[in-house]
Amino acid sequence: MKPPPFDYSRPSSVDEALSVLASLGADGKVLAGGQSLVPLLSMRLAAPHHLVDINRLASLAYVRGDADAVRVGAIARHADVEADADAARVQPLLRRALRLVAHPTIRNRGTTVGSLAHADPAAEMPAVLAVLGGTVRLASTAGIREVAAADFFAGPLECALRPGELAVEAAFPAAPARSGSAVEEVSRRHGDYAVCGVCVVVTLDDDRHISSVRAGYVSVAPTPLVLDLTEAVRGRAYDAPLDAVRGAVDVEPEADIHATADYRRHLAGVLTVRAVQAAARDAVEREVAA
Amino acid sequence: MSEHEIRLTVNGAAHDVQVPARRLLSDCLRHDLGLTGTHVGCEHGVCGACTVLLDGRPVRSCLLLAVAADGQHVTTVEGLAADDDLSPVQQAFQDCHGLQCGFCTPGFLTTITAGLRDNPQPSEDEAREMVAGNLCRCTGYQNIVAAVLRAAELTRSCNSGPPDAAESRTVDEGTLAS
Repeated sequence: MKPPPFDYSRPSSVDEALSVLASLGADGKVLAGGQSLVPLLSMRLAAPHHLVDINRLASLAYVRGDADAVRVGAIARHADVEADADAARVQPLLRRALRLVAHPTIRNRGTTVGSLAHADPAAEMPAVLAVLGGTVRLASTAGIREVAAADFFAGPLECALRPGELAVEAAFPAAPARSGSAVEEVSRRHGDYAVCGVCVVVTLDDDRHISSVRAGYVSVAPTPLVLDLTEAVRGRAYDAPLDAVRGAVDVEPEADIHATADYRRHLAGVLTVRAVQAAARDAVEREVAA
Repeated sequence: MSEHEIRLTVNGAAHDVQVPARRLLSDCLRHDLGLTGTHVGCEHGVCGACTVLLDGRPVRSCLLLAVAADGQHVTTVEGLAADDDLSPVQQAFQDCHGLQCGFCTPGFLTTITAGLRDNPQPSEDEAREMVAGNLCRCTGYQNIVAAVLRAAELTRSCNSGPPDAAESRTVDEGTLAS
């Protein structure tokens, strides 16, 4: 349970980090919080030649909430995002989901952008980015590109990052007026990876009837699956029974040691109904509070 | 494999050490610095026994490279108490029988020390949440949760003069009975 040997560098500016990553190419691997990478190293499931530690890039430690989005820099810790009052106001789904990410001690070190780059389909934050239609900003010596969540997650533990690129920021779009969100998941123990989870965003019209429903799933597909469930419940009152969404939850999960595919499918349906009801109520509560 | 000269300030004392890049902070503390109070259980971030405070925040020392902690302040279980006195959290563990074999205890003590700083008056649910990332394999967590509440009480009385005897007794009876 010790990492294999590797080289290590710790750049002190973003430019230096990008040039180090450019010179290393496919041999380089970014170390941010390390809460997923270090276990992979210790279990010898990964053996990068060279780690580029970005923890001293203080200019990437920010969490900013403005009218459009919550922008999270590459080394902002989960705990920083969770604690940020502007982030919670601009996009309440962030704090709700972060409270389900492992335990506080892990969140003190783990980074939100790192969790996205790790692209674990059993992790909450990729599903949050996906359901919100967020973006990740990737930088390299060649320039900067913004990648939409739908294009960012390529497969289990695979994302759109190319050799030499650094994910410098994630943008989580602000919650629009008359929208609400909720997260529901089932895990074997609190803080464990979810057996199945769902993040839901519901938008209401002026009469508090459902006008859109989007759901992003955890642990049911190789990438964070997003379903538009609007048609199943469009026009219903926010406090009416919304069980009809269950029929629209078309997922094809895999079986593993923790759950059969059927059980996961069952959970996806049940949790979606709960989350849609809760998100619809949340939309009204936000409106009343505002 | 690169080697690095690093400086760690551990429990207030500066240490200059040379470590290979792959050295985990937990191993650096135990092997290079001889601070064996930090225990290593699962070595992949699940058990919490190796929890230390890095610049005051609890982190898993087995999920941190020593080289990455260069220049930072680390507090281990050895640094929680001054001289021979027990810290309020340590005293509470003794009072409430919060440790049995003791293997997991260093991680609980560091976690709770930081947790009570953030939330000095936790409810029982919050106390349970505070220790939810730490595993104890001897038995259940009743006495550990009781110790969190007792430590909160001890910390309050440390900060506000002599302890209120009546209040202490009430909590003792409540917590020790569980």
